[in-house]
Amino acid sequence: MKFLSDDSLDEGPESMVAIGDKKVSRRDFMKFCTAMAAVLALPETFAGTIAEAIEKKQRPYVVWLEFQDCAGDSESMLRASKPTISQIVLDVISLDYHETIMAPSGKQAEKSLMDVVKNQKGKYIAIVEGAIPLKDGGVYCCIGGRTALDIAKEVCGNAAFTINVGSCSCWGGIASANPNPTGAVGVGEAVPGITYVNLPGCPMNVENVTATIVHYLTFGNLPVLDSRHRPYFAHGKTVHENCERRAHYDAGQFVRQWGDEGHRQGWCLYEMGCKGPVAHFNCPSVRWNGATSWPVQGGHGCIACASDHNWDVAYPFYGRLPKVPGFGIESTADKIGAGLAAATAAGLLVHGIGRAISPKKDKEEGGE
Amino acid sequence: MKYERGRVYTWEFPVRFTHWINFLCVLALSVTGYYVGRPFIHAYSSTQYIMGWMRFIHFVAAYAFLMSIIIRLYWSLVGNKHACICEWLPFTGEKLKRVADDIKCYLFLSKSSCHVGHTALGGLTYLLLFLVFLFEVFSGFALYSVNHSGVIWALLGGWLKSIMELSTIRLYHHLFMYVILVFAMVHVYIAWFSDSRDKTGLMGSIFTGYKFIAEKDMKQ
Ligand code: SF4
Repeated sequence: MKFLSDDSLDEGPESMVAIGDKKVSRRDFMKFCTAMAAVLALPETFAGTIAEAIEKKQRPYVVWLEFQDCAGDSESMLRASKPTISQIVLDVISLDYHETIMAPSGKQAEKSLMDVVKNQKGKYIAIVEGAIPLKDGGVYCCIGGRTALDIAKEVCGNAAFTINVGSCSCWGGIASANPNPTGAVGVGEAVPGITYVNLPGCPMNVENVTATIVHYLTFGNLPVLDSRHRPYFAHGKTVHENCERRAHYDAGQFVRQWGDEGHRQGWCLYEMGCKGPVAHFNCPSVRWNGATSWPVQGGHGCIACASDHNWDVAYPFYGRLPKVPGFGIESTADKIGAGLAAATAAGLLVHGIGRAISPKKDKEEGGE
Repeated sequence: MKYERGRVYTWEFPVRFTHWINFLCVLALSVTGYYVGRPFIHAYSSTQYIMGWMRFIHFVAAYAFLMSIIIRLYWSLVGNKHACICEWLPFTGEKLKRVADDIKCYLFLSKSSCHVGHTALGGLTYLLLFLVFLFEVFSGFALYSVNHSGVIWALLGGWLKSIMELSTIRLYHHLFMYVILVFAMVHVYIAWFSDSRDKTGLMGSIFTGYKFIAEKDMKQ
């Protein structure tokens, strides 16, 4: 894909590089490598190392599995803009199986999957989108007559490593939200023992997927992961930490109602239930849709989509604190707390009155 | 009252000192913590730093509170017998019976008996309160560790994040403030109640350290 820009005007044919069987302009390619270094939080000088690795290495085989999902991560991937999906993603990797976008269907499609699994055993990368239901033998998600669990065991089990894209494949996502009718879990839990990276988010950010693969190509290993298998470069900092509205937070300027003056001024969404302070994601720095915007920039609080079980624990999305378990939907922590304090005050008052009117006994000493 | 009373040095200086440090810390922590949970003052200009200061005070008070707890625990080891936190433990048959007696006496069902130190029920309350304090400290540092990575924060509370979700930690950190508030109300009321009933100088004792105990109860 070419744009008529300053970049493309001054390019002679010698400044093209061959990536796989495609040619891209050297300039675009270096831009991509620099961007990847930035996403990976590496110094800019690493762009050269990355470029070398991508140019020299054979494109890894990648298969993309879809289970209980909404195809949002596929959508997110197709919307990759820097690099575009056609420009780089298909050049960095060799995408051999992806139900939604591949041409073959039925038996043919399944065959291309099995070809990769057999011929590239231990060398290919499995990308999984969607949760795996375990209840009732996994019947709630079957492809070509096989359960998701069965497929995942074979495909992820034989891969060099697995990248779980989107919250569903990381920890179950919305499919596993209370009451989790299908017993949905993430891939890491469904297929124990595999090497995997979690790239949660609803959907995942394609820049992070590309960066993870680029890291693998460049350094030969996976990026450093946290206890939830998420790479630190993408999930090491809270949304709150790098949020552009943070200054308003520290100042004490909060949106109090949708559309109020503060909202129009772009103040902090904390009181509207923004979960940025407890959510780890690089949204504020990498952003979305070609780095045009991200939820908070668009005026909506963070819903902690990349945090485990956010549908249950980050709820309500428009309230600061979760509901107190065991109490009605209307009761907030503060209402319960105030009620508790009032009940205590009333109890003490009654006690005081009781003491005043109870017959005087011959009392002795006490202590506290 | 008809008994001779002796002046007994009950609460040693570190006990009183940490009591009042705790009081100040809990007050500061509750006000600023409530603000962090529900910002009740709004800035009119972005050059203000209200949330910033609230959080700063909250963190400083949190450290002071932790130090106070550490001093108190140390004094539990080296102080007099009323300072020992073993006094709080109700796990003997005799102690449990005294807890029941104390409850009866607060409900006007029986006469009170006197103690130089804590009553059994009071001790049990402090044990529970201490656990609440510990939870507040750990959960507080767990929340703090979100933006401060390091071994210290991991030890002081970061480990909690592997057991509980952050938003759940935040909820309980907030809810227990109310438990402490309720405790404070009951604490002051009962102290006043016991003092005015038994005339042991209980209210003054947390300032001076001395209680006035009838001779016949001295052995306790
Ligand atoms: S909008 Fe959300 S993430 Fe941004 S400063 Fe406010 S609370 Fe933090």
